[in-house]
Amino acid sequence: MFIELSGSLARAQDVKVIKFNDLKAIIDSKEAGLKIINFWATWCKPCLVELPFFETISEKYRQKGVAVYLVSMDFVSEIERVRAFVKKRELKSGVFLLNEPDYDKWINKVSESWSGSIPATLMIKAGERKFFKKGFDLPELEKEVKLFE
Amino acid sequence: MNEQGLKTRNNIMKRKSLILLGALLATGLYGFTELTKSKTGETVLFNFLETDSYVVGDEAQDFSLLNIDGSKKSLASFKGAKGFIVVFTSNHCPFSKAYEERMVALDGKYASLGYPVIALNPNDPEAYEEDTHENMKKRASEKGFTYPYLVDDKGIGQIYGAKRTPQVFVLKKEVGKNIVKYIGAIDDNAQDASSVNKKYVEDAVDNLLANKPVVTQNTKAIGCAIKWRSNI
Repeated sequence: MFIELSGSLARAQDVKVIKFNDLKAIIDSKEAGLKIINFWATWCKPCLVELPFFETISEKYRQKGVAVYLVSMDFVSEIERVRAFVKKRELKSGVFLLNEPDYDKWINKVSESWSGSIPATLMIKAGERKFFKKGFDLPELEKEVKLFE
Repeated sequence: MNEQGLKTRNNIMKRKSLILLGALLATGLYGFTELTKSKTGETVLFNFLETDSYVVGDEAQDFSLLNIDGSKKSLASFKGAKGFIVVFTSNHCPFSKAYEERMVALDGKYASLGYPVIALNPNDPEAYEEDTHENMKKRASEKGFTYPYLVDDKGIGQIYGAKRTPQVFVLKKEVGKNIVKYIGAIDDNAQDASSVNKKYVEDAVDNLLANKPVVTQNTKAIGCAIKWRSNI
């Protein structure tokens, strides 16, 4: 118990503020494994419901090369709120805050099918892209991850 | 799914392939999810209840919905209007809150020119307590809304194909019909009104007032997903 607690503390995440170019670099990076990029916000109730599922998947499939990126749509002025949330929930996936307020400029670059409502999730592996304009439960999320294996 | 529900959905999904619907119902694939392959080869999965939007040029349906003052409001009740700035919004959504002052300003600027703001809240108050009729009244009075703020309990948001709050549909009256002229965000900076570069809705209405085509007809923005009422 103690080891697990200190382990999670050791891995406590900072929240990095990024621009769209940084996000694009993640999307375009050539890793072999599956990248799961989830768009969320602390104020988005359905997003918070599914966050633990992404954490579970991240933990369970990390060894298989699955990388989870939690990209917050909170306003950059709310960064401390996001940091406090990440700490409280002890999130271990990479957490980012995308500070790119001119949404119309980049939403289509994530997916042309995306209206901008969250939750939304992009999965990419070796050029294959799947975009989800919806929330997940854990079995459904795991099923999608396995489809990429 | 009962027959009534299916009927309503079919009506809403005007442009959606019934064959796909049938196939999905038959296989039970993904429960409430549909699946399409986009032009770019990307697979897209989305909630079954997500409907196609109106597109610019479509005729928008009128409605009769409960206002914060207890009366029923419809588009037709605005006799002198040249058009409307219809905004799907909510109490609970931080993006909606961020735009409240700007919506009041839009109404102040354009209602007298024939384009009043009409706000509709399509969220299920069972899911968001902040979005009850009582709380809508409270918010409107606290924030000094000058425009109608209507309870959308008739699925108008689904008929229009609203995807998030806030989302604007600018309509123009043309021979008795309300024609969609712009769909999207109010401007290009939700979090900081002083950093706005492009005022999409103002530009669209200015174009219409000058009898010109709307230059920017569609924009996208991050917003809160709408939790539709379960009774529609």
